[in-house]
Amino acid sequence: MTSNPTPLFGKRERAAVKDPLMDNNPITIQVLGICSALAVTVKLDTALTMSVALLAVLATSNTVISILRNKIPGKIRVVVQLSIIATLVIVVDQVLKAYLFEISKQLSVFVGLIITNCIVLGRAEAYAMANPPWPSFLDGLGNALGYGAILMMVAFFREVFGSGTVFGLSVVPASWYVSNGGWYENMGLMVLPPGAFVILGLLIWAQRAYSGYKEA
Amino acid sequence: MIEQYLSLFARSIFVENMVLAFFLGMCSFLAVSKQVKTAIGLGGAVIFVLTLATPVNWAIKTYVTSPGALAFLGDDFKSIDLTFLNFITFIAVIAALVQLVEMFIDKFSPTLYQALGIFLPLIAVNCSILGASLFMDERDYAFGESVVFGIGSGVGFALAIIAIAAIREKIRYSNVPDGLRGLGITMLITGLMAMAFMSFAGIQL
Repeated sequence: MTSNPTPLFGKRERAAVKDPLMDNNPITIQVLGICSALAVTVKLDTALTMSVALLAVLATSNTVISILRNKIPGKIRVVVQLSIIATLVIVVDQVLKAYLFEISKQLSVFVGLIITNCIVLGRAEAYAMANPPWPSFLDGLGNALGYGAILMMVAFFREVFGSGTVFGLSVVPASWYVSNGGWYENMGLMVLPPGAFVILGLLIWAQRAYSGYKEA
Repeated sequence: MIEQYLSLFARSIFVENMVLAFFLGMCSFLAVSKQVKTAIGLGGAVIFVLTLATPVNWAIKTYVTSPGALAFLGDDFKSIDLTFLNFITFIAVIAALVQLVEMFIDKFSPTLYQALGIFLPLIAVNCSILGASLFMDERDYAFGESVVFGIGSGVGFALAIIAIAAIREKIRYSNVPDGLRGLGITMLITGLMAMAFMSFAGIQL
């Protein structure tokens, strides 16, 4: 216990952060946490808030569960994990309500649904229960970043094509719009649910074609 | 009165479908939709649990956690507001309920228990169950509405998962590009299904 034999950023630690960004992305490869990836991506600011909220919950829950991993009885581990996660989500929800009330109204029930977000429980079960706190923290960080990256991409396409804005600033010149005598119109479908499914489907295709992942 | 319930029922199945309009329960929707038979099993179990969980959580919310709900315990309790405990009590109720339902079915109908198999415990972490409870809280449903909303949401989920499973069985031997195989093509099909379901919007009963 006197010295730590593993370096702080060894191979395993780097892999824990890097893998979920591309080769083992939680959304496109592991198929976890799709619900919120679609629901909060109409606008970039809600997607960013959601990504940061998930990052906070996932990194902390992975660390806490990893610290307690030898104390949690196997039979009731899901309940224990769920209550740890739920507590963290309550904290995040209260913070959002206090400082970002507008956005927390737009996110509506989806902050609460981080509790059942499969990424959090999935990583707790698959990684934190079997690894020490530091790598677990990094794994949580990496997975949250991989999730956030996909979320931001989906939100970017939906906001640009659906409302012609990026973070609320218009990027399509006003004179292009039909109402101003131009030819351009926003694609209403993008802000509706089907737009989210199609964009994510295409994104998964692009990501898998690039990383060479094949589903059996 | 009846029309109001009927309209809420139809709306929660078609217009505000859990999966296709709110993206809830996507994880199990994608994971358990390879075969129609298992999809029917999961759909049935979700209807069952949602029908129970939503009204039970309604009771918890109304009589325990909402502001001033504990007033019946005496004047000292009038000012207590436990709203912040909603998430943790809802998920605890759902997990306990799923466990209870599992034991109940095991005891009284072993055949149904066999059919549902591993899906029952999985339902505890299905977002559509917690989602329905949170929507019930956000929209301030009354007791009757929460029952109808619970059943309707469950039926909506079952309908969506059985439909996608049937489509996936059909395309199993289609020549889909490598990267699109599996998850990708399922998302695109779900998108088309969501588009079809959108045509139900505006239906008033």
